[in-house]
Amino acid sequence: MGDYILLVISCILVNNILLAQYLGNCPFLGTSKKMETAVGMAMAVVFVLVMAGVITWIADTFFLKRFGLEYLRTISFILVIAALVQFVEMFLKKSIPALYAGLGIFLPLITTNCAVMGVCLINIKEEYTFMQVIVSSFGYAVGFGLALILFAGVRERILLARVPKPLQDTSIALVTAGILSLTFYAFKGMV
Amino acid sequence: MAKSITQEFVKGLWDEIPPFRLVLGLCPVLAVTTTVENGLGMGLATTFVLVCSNMLVSLLRDIIPSKVRIACFIVIIATFVTVVELLMQAFTYPLFLKLGIFIPLIVVNCIVLGRSEAFAFKNPVMPSLADGLGIGIGFTLSLAALGAVREILGSGTFFNISLFGPSFQPFSLMVEAPGAFICLGLMLCIMNLVGNK
Repeated sequence: MGDYILLVISCILVNNILLAQYLGNCPFLGTSKKMETAVGMAMAVVFVLVMAGVITWIADTFFLKRFGLEYLRTISFILVIAALVQFVEMFLKKSIPALYAGLGIFLPLITTNCAVMGVCLINIKEEYTFMQVIVSSFGYAVGFGLALILFAGVRERILLARVPKPLQDTSIALVTAGILSLTFYAFKGMV
Repeated sequence: MAKSITQEFVKGLWDEIPPFRLVLGLCPVLAVTTTVENGLGMGLATTFVLVCSNMLVSLLRDIIPSKVRIACFIVIIATFVTVVELLMQAFTYPLFLKLGIFIPLIVVNCIVLGRSEAFAFKNPVMPSLADGLGIGIGFTLSLAALGAVREILGSGTFFNISLFGPSFQPFSLMVEAPGAFICLGLMLCIMNLVGNK
């Protein structure tokens, strides 16, 4: 049990997927201008990432490794993720329309979110067991959401500040992300 | 015709240079640019995928039904990424180890998918080739520049050659995650300053 708690803490804080592993930065900058979109994206990622992590692990363990097809990992993972996202979208549209309306356009965007693909690859690389895959995928997804929502809060405040012209928009966002990353840097060595 | 092909090539080098002008594909930009060498390697691998996928998408643009185009693009891109992965494993193994999971992650690099969708699907083969090459080289140059700044400040070396002698105290934050964000932000600021004149 203790191991799992350590794993969660390490995935959320120490190895935060956005600020320490540099994955998923496009949606990080793209959807963090407003708190609302940030929350939508964070929820969509938590939802899809856990499922994708589990399914790609099953695909890798029971199909690719069994038949010696590891070199097809990239192509099969991206197809599994794309199909999963499509499926989740259709399922939500039919059965939980309220959640579908909430997640909206963020679901299809997740296919090209490298955080999802990245976590699936990390899970395989670290040779996690089935339980560890669930825990680490969940931890990374929560870390993504945490960083995204914190960053959206900071960016909403920046809108009110007077920023020099060349620094505006993406430039100041990146510098801010750097400072936020610096605070997460302090967690290093904790686990 | 010849002129327009040159134009497609040149626009990738300044007007639309990723990741500065098109803010896409940031993850490899931030992650692998701890040294010039890594930046160059990553840039060249991406260029290869970009050129090949642009060419194939453009060749097949009349066959691919537009409803399932994104899925087709992803399969094409993933194929070339696998090719690059295997080639790098065979010929540049140390670099392959250093770049790690960021090579398979070229699949989800928005620049590659973005160029297929925005350019290659609507244009003939030669301009698509030029577009892929231009954007790819622009991307490589940006990665190398960012890698150079971070390597010189962060470890005091350039292409692994020591620049300042043993007394240099490296600014090690620059090769860590926070340095990557801040450095890219400031370079973007400089680009804006120069470009707006």
